[in-house]
Amino acid sequence: MDHLQMARAMFGTNMAVHIIFATIGVGLPMMMLAAELMYQKTKDLQYVVMAKRWTKTLGVLLGVGIPTGTIAGVQLSLLWPGFMEVIGRVMALPFQIEIYAFMVEALFMSIYVYAAEKIKPWARIVSLFFVAFGALASAVLISNVHAFEGTPAGFRFENGEIVDVDPWAAFFNPSFLVTAGHTALTAYTTGAFVVAAVAAYKMLKNKFGTTEFNFHQKALKLSIVLGLVFSFLTALNGHATTQHLYREQPEKLAAAEGLFETKDHAGLTIFGYTDPEAQEVKYGIEFPWLLSFLSGNSFDTVVTGLNDFPKEYWPPLYVHILFNAMVIIGSGLIALSLFALVWNKWLKKETYPKWILWLFVAAGPFSVISIECGWIFACTGRQPWTIYRMLTTADSVTTYDNLGFLFTMFILVYIVLCVSVVFTLLYYFKRHTIMDDIYKAEQKDVRLFDSNS
Amino acid sequence: MSDALLAITLVWGFIFLYAIMASMDFGAGFWAMTYIKKEETNATKIANSYLSPTWEVTNTFVVGLVIAIYSLFPGAVFPIGVALIVPASLILVLLCIRSAFLVFSHSVDKYEKVLTYISGITGLIIPGLLISVLPITHLGFVEGVKGNEELNLTKLFTSPNEYAFLLFGIFSTLFLSSLLLSDYSKQADEMKAYKIYRRDAMITGPLMLVMALLVMFTLRNEANWIYVEMMKKSSLLLISLIFFVIAGVALYLPYFSKREVKGMPRLAVIAIIVQYLIGSYVYGIAHLPYIIYPNVTILSGFTDPTSFRAVFATYIVGFAILVPGFYYFWSIFMKDQRRKFKRRQMTN
Repeated sequence: MDHLQMARAMFGTNMAVHIIFATIGVGLPMMMLAAELMYQKTKDLQYVVMAKRWTKTLGVLLGVGIPTGTIAGVQLSLLWPGFMEVIGRVMALPFQIEIYAFMVEALFMSIYVYAAEKIKPWARIVSLFFVAFGALASAVLISNVHAFEGTPAGFRFENGEIVDVDPWAAFFNPSFLVTAGHTALTAYTTGAFVVAAVAAYKMLKNKFGTTEFNFHQKALKLSIVLGLVFSFLTALNGHATTQHLYREQPEKLAAAEGLFETKDHAGLTIFGYTDPEAQEVKYGIEFPWLLSFLSGNSFDTVVTGLNDFPKEYWPPLYVHILFNAMVIIGSGLIALSLFALVWNKWLKKETYPKWILWLFVAAGPFSVISIECGWIFACTGRQPWTIYRMLTTADSVTTYDNLGFLFTMFILVYIVLCVSVVFTLLYYFKRHTIMDDIYKAEQKDVRLFDSNS
Repeated sequence: MSDALLAITLVWGFIFLYAIMASMDFGAGFWAMTYIKKEETNATKIANSYLSPTWEVTNTFVVGLVIAIYSLFPGAVFPIGVALIVPASLILVLLCIRSAFLVFSHSVDKYEKVLTYISGITGLIIPGLLISVLPITHLGFVEGVKGNEELNLTKLFTSPNEYAFLLFGIFSTLFLSSLLLSDYSKQADEMKAYKIYRRDAMITGPLMLVMALLVMFTLRNEANWIYVEMMKKSSLLLISLIFFVIAGVALYLPYFSKREVKGMPRLAVIAIIVQYLIGSYVYGIAHLPYIIYPNVTILSGFTDPTSFRAVFATYIVGFAILVPGFYYFWSIFMKDQRRKFKRRQMTN
């Protein structure tokens, strides 16, 4: 591995770990809020227990999410000082505001956990709303930096100097809304399907008709509805994101689709891998004309192929696989949740067959894989740039060239954290069963929430 | 005041706040480990209960500090990033493990012991690493031309000034935290723990002062430029010393009085914070205009004026919202903790 690859691998490993916890950290508060609202609607105490158990889970997950986020925030300046010099001058606002968003989240989380039994239901919902809002705002703001990297705005380079700085123009760069929207919607989708996976697994492990079974079925139903809504919205937003790529980063779209020749009536190929020798996607399934239509809403749309860009501007060609994995998993999630909803609502079945439950168990990890693929696609598809057509990755990296030792050290830490977070969750929930929590919730004066922060 | 001066004052303020918060946090971890065998005194319990609610804020503060530096002084990012990559990575790794186990130990009782050792050991190492940043900025060991800077680690680790700072950082951590914990345990009516922590403060305080003098002495040899500037403010240094004496009197009082006097830890805490405030002001003002001597000054590193105004505005808005919020939460939390202790005492 050369120096640049090492630095990218090092930062990439951090992000790969961090985004799992960050994404669920955005998705779960939305589910908690939904459960609290369901309680207000149905007065069924099980929804309060649900919110409580998800809060506890969130608290444990934050134990990895916050430290890895701290590493990400500091490592940006350590590994990519050239990049952060530009960001500091032009795009500091999202980072600044993100800190406040996080503080808002932490503050209201503490209020929600410490004072849950002492405050009125509406105050509980308000504090939970701010928890969800703070988490979402953090995600939106950080994605905005990513949006800026793809569609920079608010400054110019003149003889190597940064001039004409307009921080708010940089903040509201052209792809801010679609990119941030994509992060937010996929985080909610992932939150719903991760909950669905756990609920479905528990339904398989418990007998039909028991309290535990009914509890998990309620959680599953809630996550199916929300999962369907958000995965469908993600698809609409994904379409808009693709059209943005077509206009603003055409070589990224060409690499994603493995398109070499510029043409109209371009076809969309799924599966397969991009072969640079044959200049085509091998072993894929082609849908004629579809790419042109998706890019510009008309079959006549001319899509620029990779050959019209200098070769040193080409992103790595494996991004086709990542892009495919993301889109296919996303479509699968829509289909699965739609089918389950129809099964339950229109066919009026009392419960779900086992094979659907197993599919939901798989859907959780797959939604996380989809997030990872989408993120790697977004960042490697932008190579060789950190800031598109402005700053190369090679110019951003640190000059300290002894990263191997530090990299090893960080990998060890991530392994320790990931193993112990799983252990912690299993240990805790084995000793605090649903029946305990339901019993506690039914007693008026027992504290349901314990210390969580 | 020029914009750059305003910006560096803001950064200094953040560093000061973080230093105080982090010293108390890290020191509390160390004391919890030290007294783990002396269960009857409750010293470990007190330290741990102080530890838990502060970690999220202190952790975020690290990121906030880093963001403040690169958004206000982006021109300094490259040399700082290269110079600090090794110490900062070590800090991150230790901080990460520490915070994670702090969270996990709430859910897994088995982890409580593991946590106490992790937070105890890292509680000494992290402050030592953190304070090493200061000698790196003033000793002039960041070598090479712009865009190709490198920290000379050999020079750093053979410098007496680095070790003086290291010890000063560690003893400051122990002193500040024992002082705060003595106040905290007095508030909670835990007289056994109070006596232990007051004793610790009475020992570590003078040691800290010796290290501070050692810092000055080694500065004179190794970074004379900053020593000369600091001595121009010698009257302020004297005032800070007076505050140290005030704190000493507030702590030692029971030994000189015949009547049953408990000492005034709260007064000592305030006096010591004032002492550090003055001391770090003198160091900071002498450090100007350099961020990293002699490569980067506050003017060469300063951000674009339009960006500065936008960032400054977000600080004002952000703090206006958050400070009252945190004050409110902190007061709820402290009341809650005190009630818990009272309840525990009643059941014992």
